[in-house]
Amino acid sequence: PVTCRHDDLKEMLDSNKDSLKLEAMKRIVAMIARGKNASDLFPAVVKNVACKNIEVKKLVYVYLVRYAEEQQDLALLSISTFQRGLKDPNQLIRASALRVLSSIRVPIIVPIMMLAIKEAASDMSPYVRKTAAHAIPKLYSLDSDQKDQLIEVIEKLLADKTTLVAGSVVMAFEEVCPERIDLIHKNYRKLCNLLIDVEEWGQVVIINMLTRYARTQFLSPNQNESLLEENPEKAFYGSDEEDSKDDKPDAASLVKRKPYVMDPDHRLLLRNTKPLLQSRNAAVVMAVAQLYFHLAPKAEVGVIAKALVRLLRSHRSVQWVVLQNVATMSIKRRGMFEPYLKSFYIRSTDPTQIKILKLEVLTNLANETNISTILREFQTYIRSMDKDFVAATIQAIGRCATNIGKVRDTCLNGLVQLLSNRDELVVAESVVVIKKLLQMQPSQHSEIIKHMAKLTDNIQVPMARASILWLIGEYCEHVPKIAPDVLRKMSKSFTGEEDIVKLQVINLAAKLYLTNSKQSKLLTQYVLNLAKYDQNYDIRDRARFIRQLIVPTEKSGALNKYAKKLFLAQKPAPILESSFKDRDHFQLGSLSHLLNAKAVGYQELPDWPDEAPDPSVRNVEVPWLPTLRFSLSLSFPDPESVSESESESSSSSSESGSDSGSRGEESGDQSEEEEEEKKKKKKGKEGPRKVCPESAGRYHRHWRGEGAGSATSWELRNTSRDMGGLQPISPCLFLMPLTPSIFRRDQLITSQPQHVPTAFLPPSAQMLSPVFSTMKTYELLHRMAGEGLSVEYYFNRQPFPPDPHMVAVQIQFSNNTESEVKNLRVSEPKLVSGMRIQEFQEIGQSMVGIDTCPQLPGVNWAGSFSLWHVSSSTHSRQFYVSIQPPVGELMAPVFMSENEFKKEQSESAMLRSQPDPESCRRGELR
Amino acid sequence: MIHSLFLINCSGDIFLEKHWKSVVSQSVCDYFFEAQEKAADVENVPPVISTPHHYLISIYREKIFFVSVIQTEVPPLFVIEFLHRVADTFQDYFGECSETAIKDNVVIVYELLEEMLDNGFPLATESNILKELIKPPTILRSVVNSITGSSNMGETLPTGQLSNIPWRKAVVKYTNNEAYFDVIEEIDAIIDKSGSTVFAEIQGVIDSCIKLSGMPDLSLSFMNPRLLDDVSFHPCIRFKRWESERVLSFIPPDGNFRLISYRVSSQNLVAIPVYVKHIISFKENSSSGRFDVTIGPKQNMGKTVEGVIVTVHMPKAVLNMNLTSTQGSYTFDPVLKVLTWDIGKISPQKLPNLKGIVNLQSGAPKPEENPSLNIQFKIQQLAISGLKVNRLDMFGEKYKPFKGVKYITKAGKFQVRT
Repeated sequence: PVTCRHDDLKEMLDSNKDSLKLEAMKRIVAMIARGKNASDLFPAVVKNVACKNIEVKKLVYVYLVRYAEEQQDLALLSISTFQRGLKDPNQLIRASALRVLSSIRVPIIVPIMMLAIKEAASDMSPYVRKTAAHAIPKLYSLDSDQKDQLIEVIEKLLADKTTLVAGSVVMAFEEVCPERIDLIHKNYRKLCNLLIDVEEWGQVVIINMLTRYARTQFLSPNQNESLLEENPEKAFYGSDEEDSKDDKPDAASLVKRKPYVMDPDHRLLLRNTKPLLQSRNAAVVMAVAQLYFHLAPKAEVGVIAKALVRLLRSHRSVQWVVLQNVATMSIKRRGMFEPYLKSFYIRSTDPTQIKILKLEVLTNLANETNISTILREFQTYIRSMDKDFVAATIQAIGRCATNIGKVRDTCLNGLVQLLSNRDELVVAESVVVIKKLLQMQPSQHSEIIKHMAKLTDNIQVPMARASILWLIGEYCEHVPKIAPDVLRKMSKSFTGEEDIVKLQVINLAAKLYLTNSKQSKLLTQYVLNLAKYDQNYDIRDRARFIRQLIVPTEKSGALNKYAKKLFLAQKPAPILESSFKDRDHFQLGSLSHLLNAKAVGYQELPDWPDEAPDPSVRNVEVPWLPTLRFSLSLSFPDPESVSESESESSSSSSESGSDSGSRGEESGDQSEEEEEEKKKKKKGKEGPRKVCPESAGRYHRHWRGEGAGSATSWELRNTSRDMGGLQPISPCLFLMPLTPSIFRRDQLITSQPQHVPTAFLPPSAQMLSPVFSTMKTYELLHRMAGEGLSVEYYFNRQPFPPDPHMVAVQIQFSNNTESEVKNLRVSEPKLVSGMRIQEFQEIGQSMVGIDTCPQLPGVNWAGSFSLWHVSSSTHSRQFYVSIQPPVGELMAPVFMSENEFKKEQSESAMLRSQPDPESCRRGELR
Repeated sequence: MIHSLFLINCSGDIFLEKHWKSVVSQSVCDYFFEAQEKAADVENVPPVISTPHHYLISIYREKIFFVSVIQTEVPPLFVIEFLHRVADTFQDYFGECSETAIKDNVVIVYELLEEMLDNGFPLATESNILKELIKPPTILRSVVNSITGSSNMGETLPTGQLSNIPWRKAVVKYTNNEAYFDVIEEIDAIIDKSGSTVFAEIQGVIDSCIKLSGMPDLSLSFMNPRLLDDVSFHPCIRFKRWESERVLSFIPPDGNFRLISYRVSSQNLVAIPVYVKHIISFKENSSSGRFDVTIGPKQNMGKTVEGVIVTVHMPKAVLNMNLTSTQGSYTFDPVLKVLTWDIGKISPQKLPNLKGIVNLQSGAPKPEENPSLNIQFKIQQLAISGLKVNRLDMFGEKYKPFKGVKYITKAGKFQVRT
């Protein structure tokens, strides 16, 4: 009948009616879904690959991808259809063709796939490029020899600036070449900035990758603290002498170490991931949490606790994973979960595995102050119906007792009471835990040992029996009367005991023989004889070994003398510690961490480097910053001077708009700028006066949110894409929370309020005076390139008197040649978007030797990011140079009150509230 | 990432399988069955199982195990969250995520799974996009389809996938433009024997149903946003606006979605709307016990507490219960030992009471523990935290939408220890 039915399907597939084909395909897909074999239909199905009906076509694809591996030759028939599809003008069809083509696991088409991926990687459509990124791991798993070529494609796609591609290409990177961390350098800042707009799944992959990246590139933010931290611990555990020895080198190394300054890129990552803690996606929240745990300074890690606790409200499986991670974190950073202690309280309806994990966390959080609350809570748990949970609670009590000396006796008493519990499991577990506790201070508790000795009559759980026997043996001197009697009883039941119990009986016998041979010699012999013929070879072995050791014979060697020392040596008390201890050497949130074993493909989380690698590798040439390009001309002694000027200007702000997925907020700035600029143009103004409300808003947020001034300086620095221009901005700017300041582009520093342009600033806004200035100079022209003339420039951050809207740029010429230089000129360019330059006076006189001559042109960058080429020329030589000011140099700090700030902000919000669908990108509107 | 997916029902039948890479044999599920047998109940099957060649990550939803097969390192939550998203999508498409619904719509299910993952990596998980690609079944459409032979497949290409607002369909048109918000708050609490609160917390969500044409840009503001301590957002919300102004500003997805989830700051004392008086005791050396529970409303702010249900997991030794209730009806499941008392509305004049005798297995020892009471209730038109929506503004579209906000308070994980 099977073949019959399939014949029927084949007939339907061969028919001309789409409806019949569709029906047939639906039935076939249903078969596949149920796991039934439909491979014999392959020829009939593959014919329909070019069917016009979309649904039939899609179902054929489903079939093809499922069976192509098994029917490679026939599958090749379909390839040409997809190759055609790759050339389709519609991006969605191109993408879909690539997607199916790359999913067909037929090695012979590897070259075709490679070609298709390469082409798609430079497709106009980001969606097709995304599909190309998805295809990379598929091809790699089919043929790993393609790795080198694929890495090239990955490198290309990593440079892609759209959010759509970012997640997928990082995924491909992780699967193909996770070790090529060098490919990330140039894309690091971009990835950080795009992150918030990437889809959820991509965010997880990117964050995990960046965690690893950061561990290789930055210094540990906790290095100093960790040194400080170790010391008190040593004082606690180690002897005093050791401590004093250890202290000195530590102190020395502390002194030697440079004060830690966080790399701004490190800060960028922390700052840009933080909002994602509020994602609805548990995987994203976990990814950020692990990033903070592994990378953030200790003082900042706390923010993740709230978000993790929130996840505990989610599905059971989510809870389970989150609790495991919280358990690991709570060992290292107990403090951060302490405020949420009660969120880990256990309900009787929680599944056992959740209960046990919560218990683990509660135990980790226990300290002197909260222990009484926790123990009260534990008392409720002990009465639970869930016996596994009760057993775990008893262990937890044991751990609390070992860790917190204050409550040891209370715990011990509580556990002893449990010995009369009706449930044997509870008793057994208590015995095991009590044994461990008693080992810490045996002499005071012979009563308890006696009590436990009595339990051997009733308790059947092997582990508990073994524990009791061990206790009695170990402390037989505290219970001299009872011990031999217990041995007597146990020797009677020896043959019926479990192996672990038997071993402990032998142990007990040996110890009694050594301390009290009069009463126990015969019993010991008897037990050893029984053990000699035991089925288990471990037991036979142990018996033989012990007999030789304790019973003195002629043959027995020197060890015999030391038998007592061997058996009754002082044994260190066991340390009851969490099974989650040290699990954090696995990256948190990973499968490997969960299993506590390295999973296939796990990428080790590297240790922090001792010396930070060169941070400049992340620097990127930024095309969209305003650039002042000169060509400098100069004449060597030749008297005739012909000057020519050339100027060029191009606005790159539109380009940067698309670039600047760079960062949600930033692109917001830009779109506004564009809008404002349009407005200005309408007014026929040159629009030099511009405030950047968005960026102000951002600073404002930092003040309110974090109160951390340094964050702002990083912000600036990163906006400027690290032009190297800004020193960490002086504290003066930031010690005034809630007093936002606005940075103006065109004027960095003026001390007089009258210089404040009015168009976009409320009248009361006050400029800040320059509180610091750097004399950092930038090279404009190297003397080698300039044939002897070297030119440097710097921003002197002083008001430029002729025009307050201009930024002063100090240019310094030095002539390093023997000969004269004459007629140096910079010509005024024609500028589109309102950029102006103050006339530059020709340097007519000759310069000989090391003669420097500062010049002070004012440049108005007019608020837009536009390129500015200036050529300065004399007759004989012309050099093209450019100035790219850091954004910070184009802004001026001002004071305004909070209300004014809000007003500004709402005005800017008005601008944003009319979204045209094209510009509705999330980033722009955020 | 995700290699394969198996859907397994409670009786252990694998009723659907889907592979995104090479086929993995069904026999891999044997490891899962093994773990399932070991676990006492479905709730205790470990979500992550390690097998010699694969890892199995599973979730349990609506009596179905979604078991995914993994071969290499991947964040477990990534997979778990995705599987829940799959289950949510089924729920959204078929109205329920049951075995029958999945079997009846197996082709759509397959098409969905195909679109949601590519090579094991999530591709399209937004409901709005999926619905553009694959239309959900309706009775009318399936009738039409069966007559005309047309399909559920969207004829248009999924432009939403390309858009910058991936959560919203491109062309949306309604004759009646409406926006509804349900503020739903849940009280999680543990009340101890003496009636004092061990732990209480308010968790809330705002679920939205938005049927607005075009590209509306909404902003929702609260009278008292400071109440919200910890908030998680739908991706459509502009984080910055919230940070700076405490306003929820967003271009909404079309249809039903969860806008935010929040926790009310723990400084605020939680008003517990009900109290319980209880005597549950078992006599030593006798095969019976006493059961007497009364429930009454507390600070209910003039609102009625309704939909009250008390569930009690009795100790294993309990055989049956002979009870009389002054209100509502009770059932006792002698297999699961679960007592359910469905009360309905509580009126303060006459407090509902349930009392009687508990019969224990003869000879069984007296149960050590007292069962805890799990209570469910609902209070309409009240957000217990006091959260109030101030206003909803719409930009970007000309029409005037109909707006509505509804408040409701429910018991979350509300447990009374006895």
